[in-house]
Amino acid sequence: MNDFLNRYLPNVMENKSEIWESTYETLYMVFMTSLFSAIFGIALGVILVATDKGGILANRWVYSILEKIVNFFRSVPFIILIALVVPVTRLITGTSIGMNAAIVPLVIGIVPFYARQIQNALLEVDPGIIEATQAMGSGPVEIIFRVYLKEGLTGIIRASSVTVINLIGLTTMAGAIGSGGLGSLAINKGYNRFQLDITFIATILILLLVFVCQFIGDYFTRKSTH
Amino acid sequence: MISLSRINVTFNTGSRTVVAARDIDLRVDEGDVFGIVGYSGAGKSTLVRVMNLLQRPSSGDVVVNGQKLLELKPKELRSARKKIGMIFQHFNLMKSRTVYDNVLYPLKSSRMPKADKDRKVRELLELVGLSDKLASYPSQLSGGQKQRVAIARALANEPRILLCDEATSALDPKTTLSILDLLRDLNRKLGLTIVIITHEMQVVKEICNKVAVMEEGAIVEQGDIVSIFSEPKQPLTRDFIHTATHFGQTVEKIMSHPSLARMGDDDVLCKISYVGSRTSEAIVSDIATRFGVSANILFGNVEVLQQTPVGSLIVVLSGGRSELENALAYLRSLDVTVDRLDSPEKATLGGERIV
Repeated sequence: MNDFLNRYLPNVMENKSEIWESTYETLYMVFMTSLFSAIFGIALGVILVATDKGGILANRWVYSILEKIVNFFRSVPFIILIALVVPVTRLITGTSIGMNAAIVPLVIGIVPFYARQIQNALLEVDPGIIEATQAMGSGPVEIIFRVYLKEGLTGIIRASSVTVINLIGLTTMAGAIGSGGLGSLAINKGYNRFQLDITFIATILILLLVFVCQFIGDYFTRKSTH
Repeated sequence: MISLSRINVTFNTGSRTVVAARDIDLRVDEGDVFGIVGYSGAGKSTLVRVMNLLQRPSSGDVVVNGQKLLELKPKELRSARKKIGMIFQHFNLMKSRTVYDNVLYPLKSSRMPKADKDRKVRELLELVGLSDKLASYPSQLSGGQKQRVAIARALANEPRILLCDEATSALDPKTTLSILDLLRDLNRKLGLTIVIITHEMQVVKEICNKVAVMEEGAIVEQGDIVSIFSEPKQPLTRDFIHTATHFGQTVEKIMSHPSLARMGDDDVLCKISYVGSRTSEAIVSDIATRFGVSANILFGNVEVLQQTPVGSLIVVLSGGRSELENALAYLRSLDVTVDRLDSPEKATLGGERIV
């Protein structure tokens, strides 16, 4: 077995520890970014739905301002966004390179996307149910937490798994600011040094990660559907 | 219990202004089962939403349970709404919650001890006859069962009023009757005041004691059910009643197939309607023996509205001219309403000419 691997994946066998480290870095970035994005993204999505015309806290100004911000950040290509938000990154993490620094642009890049997905998921909650709960005397906070987030759960889970998969893609670009991770491994070690087997293994690991996320997402989607 | 005065509701949709309610005055008393009928787009749903301020009127006053709803702060309005139950055409149950949890939902924010809430939910589901469905999800229930859950949920905070927005319109006729039976029961047992929005006069006929007829945002006629049914004044009201009693179709049929009536030259086609005890008296055979006028009954219908029988007959009376006059005068003296219908030859097709 080892002979086989040594013959066909020589560079992989030589850089094993680095590959594990890159995998860890990718997982770390995905996890931390997901955590922050979940909080901001869901909050933003909820605010968008609530302040939208006909929403439970309809407010034209808040809605149109937030919507423009979301659209703006969604339109900027991620690789440019990384450079664009450097001052913010430095303000928050004290540095502009490395794994932790990458989390800032990743969050800024993924939150608008996620918020939109959440917004769409929540819009699928039957407006009749919202009306019924209003008729029962529920206030906005109660409606958000006990109706929107609960009735929209299936949609939220689906949006989350799509977003995490998207995020895994973005983390590979964060290599541009020295974040490490499987993306920079594939480029720096695999591509630049002509070690194709490393690129190959990095791809396999990324795909594996995507499949796992997809699987978990599908599992919970199914579980939350009645 | 509920009093709406000078209610106007207008919607601005871009360049167009839609008036959904114009100058509406309405009073629902405690214990009433109040029907509001109208075709779609008449503004009924808007009107019922004004009663719990899901729809704020552009102008007017809304007093429910003695409170002026428009003057309440948001928090006060929310607690006022807990005392106004509401059910909907499409039930609006929460799909992610079981039947039990759906009924529990309105109780969650109350300070009632947990055990009491549990008992309350079970009682309510017992009341609507769904004790065996506690753990089911709405998607596993039939339409009628869903509406029962919705009713249990609407009653959780022990409201004095139940608003029903087309609550039976998505149900088949048999289920509709069973839901109406349940509502009637609730009205009698709990003294629940019920407002029913519907486009089916059948529903009104079944359980309402008062009715208002709406058209283009305005109430064209309102009153107690017996007088509305026995003496409708507006053409729209008559339309609704005729549909419910099949009277309209019958008249149309007679008009378009004169052979059905087989009338002689001097014969009179008329509608005889009566309210109350008159139904049991044999007026038709009476005029035959007294005046020698024979009556050929083409159609007969009796409704029992709030324990009062209301009947109508379409008959062809034949006999000599003076005997006919006497017979008609006699009928009128009995408090029986006699409307002469145009004979089929003269009538235009489909027209209902009630003279």
